[in-house]
Amino acid sequence: MAYKKRLDGRKFDELRKIDAKVGIIKNADGSAYFRIGKTVAYAAVYGPRDLYPKFLQDPKKGILRCNYNMMPFSGAGNRVRPGPSRRSREISYVTENALSPVVNLEDFPNAVVDVFIELPQTDAGSRCAGICAASMALADAGIIMKDLVSAVAVGIVDGQICVDLNYDEEAHEEGDVADVPVAFIPSTGEFSLLQMDGKIKKKDLMKALEMGKKAAQTIIDVQRKALKAKFEVDNNE
Amino acid sequence: MSNEIRGHILNYLKNKVRYDGRKLEEYRKVSVETGVSKTAEGSAKVTIGETVVMAGVKFEVGEPYPDIPEEGTMMVNAELLPMSNPEFESGPPGIESIELARVVDRGIRESKAIDTKKLCIKAGELVWTVIIDLIPINHAGNLFDAFALAAMLAIKDAKFPEIKNKQIDYKKLTSKKLPLLVEPVSVTVIKIGDHLIVDPLLEEEKVLDARLTVATLPDGTICALQKGGSKPLSQEEIEKMIDLATEKAKELRKHLR
Repeated sequence: MAYKKRLDGRKFDELRKIDAKVGIIKNADGSAYFRIGKTVAYAAVYGPRDLYPKFLQDPKKGILRCNYNMMPFSGAGNRVRPGPSRRSREISYVTENALSPVVNLEDFPNAVVDVFIELPQTDAGSRCAGICAASMALADAGIIMKDLVSAVAVGIVDGQICVDLNYDEEAHEEGDVADVPVAFIPSTGEFSLLQMDGKIKKKDLMKALEMGKKAAQTIIDVQRKALKAKFEVDNNE
Repeated sequence: MSNEIRGHILNYLKNKVRYDGRKLEEYRKVSVETGVSKTAEGSAKVTIGETVVMAGVKFEVGEPYPDIPEEGTMMVNAELLPMSNPEFESGPPGIESIELARVVDRGIRESKAIDTKKLCIKAGELVWTVIIDLIPINHAGNLFDAFALAAMLAIKDAKFPEIKNKQIDYKKLTSKKLPLLVEPVSVTVIKIGDHLIVDPLLEEEKVLDARLTVATLPDGTICALQKGGSKPLSQEEIEKMIDLATEKAKELRKHLR
């Protein structure tokens, strides 16, 4: 029983429809909207700003502080209870690690850059959408970065390697399912997020990572285009 | 700092003009959108000037309260996300978000907007609970009015999910809408010095003397009130503020359609 055709009709290496925009939250120093399929992420960046309590400050480098949060009505099933959970704390933490390699933290000693990621609706891949939005928001805030980060989930559904799994695929009941969210830094070719749950053979994982790299490149292009679009001048005006 | 801003704002108000150039009784541009979250059973986004908020409705089922065995329940919750304002911090809900949620809740509950008697599935055993979550995306003032409007729009947008063996199937929405009896609209009037203004900016909210949130029905019936701010109000002022709020509610009501 192999997975021959994807539930939503996509090709195995095809991403869901992506939409991206920056500068959507006026109060923030930088902000972004990233949508992939039915998963939507907002990200707002505040800072660099003073970090309190003071003992958290690092005189050698700044701190990147991420906060991932699902809005109470953003889950496919029951209402998500507001406030931090073990899951959201962990995702916030891996998001920090996914983004910090590209941020020049030495530029702002003793300070903090706050990244708030909020999801109004989700259909799997929410941490990846959050990282994509956050990376754009950091660039929009003018934080000096070595590169953008893009993220996507790859995995295996009943023997078939796929990119950008949706919820129905993650919950596929036949055969082994593995969900591998990755974040990718194109300029160095390195991964800054790697998690996996499910069952997968090593050679399949390597193939999946290859597929993830290609998909990440597509996403990076969308992110760049959105950032450039903010500074486009309409000559007809 | 806020004293200096207060001085500026008061100087402008003396000349009948606001900090952002508006007239005293002028609302910013309002736009609304429903169905903004596909995972909610009902949702809405309200934009007032630079203020953007979202509301989402989720249904749950559970046992009724023993004193009202044949009625469903409703709940309003507000989360003041640090994403929306540099001054908000992560953490448990502060008094600001609790007050916002309770004032919106009161407007809907006390006007009997939702017919909770029709939320009964089996008397004494199983009833619907309607949970309305309110979220600011960008807070540039007047969350009270924006939240109240978004809540009503999300309620009107909501469709019941299917229910099987006392379990909700969130993937299947029916075409059944929430039973509504009336539609309250809230308008908040702010007092700074001797001036009354509507639709305050964040800067104006910070230096206000008093505020009064008034939820009204189309016939002018008042269904909820909340006074805020540290200065008291005279009866004449209260009357003026209610009149102004009732008048402005007519404009806002157009967006409820």
